[in-house]
Amino acid sequence: MSENKSHYPKIRSVGLNGILVTFSDTATDAANRAAIAFRTAIDKLKWPEIAESSSTLVSAFFQIDLAQHNFVVISRKFKDVLGSENWINAELPAGRTLWTIPAVFGTYRAPQLVKAAEAAGLTVSEAKTELVATKMRVLTIGFAPGQPYLGTLGTSWNIPRQVELSPNVPAGALVAAVRQICLFAKDTPTGWHHIGQSAFKCFRPTSDVPFPLSPGDEVQFISITTRELAQIELHNPDGSGGALREVIT
Amino acid sequence: MTSLSVHQIGIGVALQDMGRPGFLENGLTRGGACDLRAIYEGAALLMQSHNFAALEMTGTGGTFEAIGSLRIALTGALMNASIDDEAISWNASHYVPSGARLVIGPSCDGTYGYLHVGGGFQTDVVLGSCATHQSVGLGTPISKGQTLQIGTDLGCEVKMSLPRDPRFSGGDVRIVPSMQTNDFDPAIRARFAKTKFRRDPRTNRQGVRLDSDGENFSNPKQLSIVSEVIVPGDIQITGDGTPFVLMAECQTTGGYPRIGTVLPCDLPLVAQAPVGAALQFKYISLEEGSLLQARADAELTTLKQLVSPLIRDPDNIKDLLSYQLVGGVISATASPFEEG
Repeated sequence: MSENKSHYPKIRSVGLNGILVTFSDTATDAANRAAIAFRTAIDKLKWPEIAESSSTLVSAFFQIDLAQHNFVVISRKFKDVLGSENWINAELPAGRTLWTIPAVFGTYRAPQLVKAAEAAGLTVSEAKTELVATKMRVLTIGFAPGQPYLGTLGTSWNIPRQVELSPNVPAGALVAAVRQICLFAKDTPTGWHHIGQSAFKCFRPTSDVPFPLSPGDEVQFISITTRELAQIELHNPDGSGGALREVIT
Repeated sequence: MTSLSVHQIGIGVALQDMGRPGFLENGLTRGGACDLRAIYEGAALLMQSHNFAALEMTGTGGTFEAIGSLRIALTGALMNASIDDEAISWNASHYVPSGARLVIGPSCDGTYGYLHVGGGFQTDVVLGSCATHQSVGLGTPISKGQTLQIGTDLGCEVKMSLPRDPRFSGGDVRIVPSMQTNDFDPAIRARFAKTKFRRDPRTNRQGVRLDSDGENFSNPKQLSIVSEVIVPGDIQITGDGTPFVLMAECQTTGGYPRIGTVLPCDLPLVAQAPVGAALQFKYISLEEGSLLQARADAELTTLKQLVSPLIRDPDNIKDLLSYQLVGGVISATASPFEEG
């Protein structure tokens, strides 16, 4: 149900389950910021029609029972809020978290760093430097519970996924492709390049904070040795993997 | 406390309920029973809340022993069932005395059968639900030797039944356009709506794969698409052009385009279609879809009105000859006033 074919933002229905507001047809950083900011703004309005909400790379999704609420009427409400601000330039919401997560880059714990660096046209040491220098944002959570897609790395990291799947990359892995890093919530077969390894658990079902990361949070990796990672893994009951968190003010 | 001891169990039998709403932002789908209508039916038969957990059984159920007497209801795909070797009706509620042996399965139609108990199965609640969500590691399937705890049953009515609805052999499925429907070439959409699909055996709680003869449904635009939100009922077209209807345990986002979305009220029909059953998709407008869905939602809340006392099938009465079947019959010709 396309409201408007060529212009963004676009308001569309998703089955009878809700409404999607999309800010771009390509995965740009600006569209991602807009989606996060718009979702936060709508959530603050506490519309009774909205059961829950989420954001993807370029869209904000609002779960609304369209059997009970009229799509056209609610679309108009969304249009009013969309028109109230230039969302592509909107500030990210306050109160987000900055995570500092220790990880091993390369070595036998993350054997595809060499190949990935080569694909990016970088030396291994240049690649490592960029990976710890870039403060990345949680663009979206998905594919597995709590699992973040982090972005955005420099253009040289616009490397494709491998054609052959690695049969099993472990939980806590940092995998790279298409200028993003994904931090695996569980063991997963993947075409992404396994470039780093952490002991950070993205999904902690029985903890008070089952899903530590949220879209908009920032993540800074710090490089540790395989021995340091082994030490962290030995005593990691809460799954924090030695990560530190602070509120972004 | 009442419980059911598990002597034998089918593969993948697991506790399910209405699932875990509220975690979309965290990448966790709602999950829960594949046939939500069956959950409501069980609740109506036992006159209790639809939020209790039930056993979802694929293909076959198992052999159970009642520890303490209990009430059960059986819904969803029809399975052979007996209590102490006496056959019992499906889509009905029954009394199981303490120590009795309940045997369920294999199924005769459909895909998912459900065993409900008065008071509901009690297990650890994780993130607000007892539902087993295997792909994300929440809960595990039931195993032999396990004892399933049952909550306090506040009801007492048994031998009630519900009429069986026709959702167990495939058929027409109504779909509304979804966010990417217009990205598909109109000719592909038209062909999709005309195709008679078959349910593929490669199917699980994440999605139902659809087979068809003839051309696939790949779309020239689909390779460049940005990952977008998924809802249960979405029909995604994978890279090789195969449609999948996404079910209870689908992911929250995905990069394959959606050609349409099944109405929530028709999703049980897709879930229950046995392997090889024919499925055909009919596009309807969002307006029509919302009217039909609202009607179906209202019907679910009034299911209790359709519950009626179970009429015993003489074929199922083991000791039929011991019944006094003709005593008390009144003659149509004899005058009642001539007696005595």
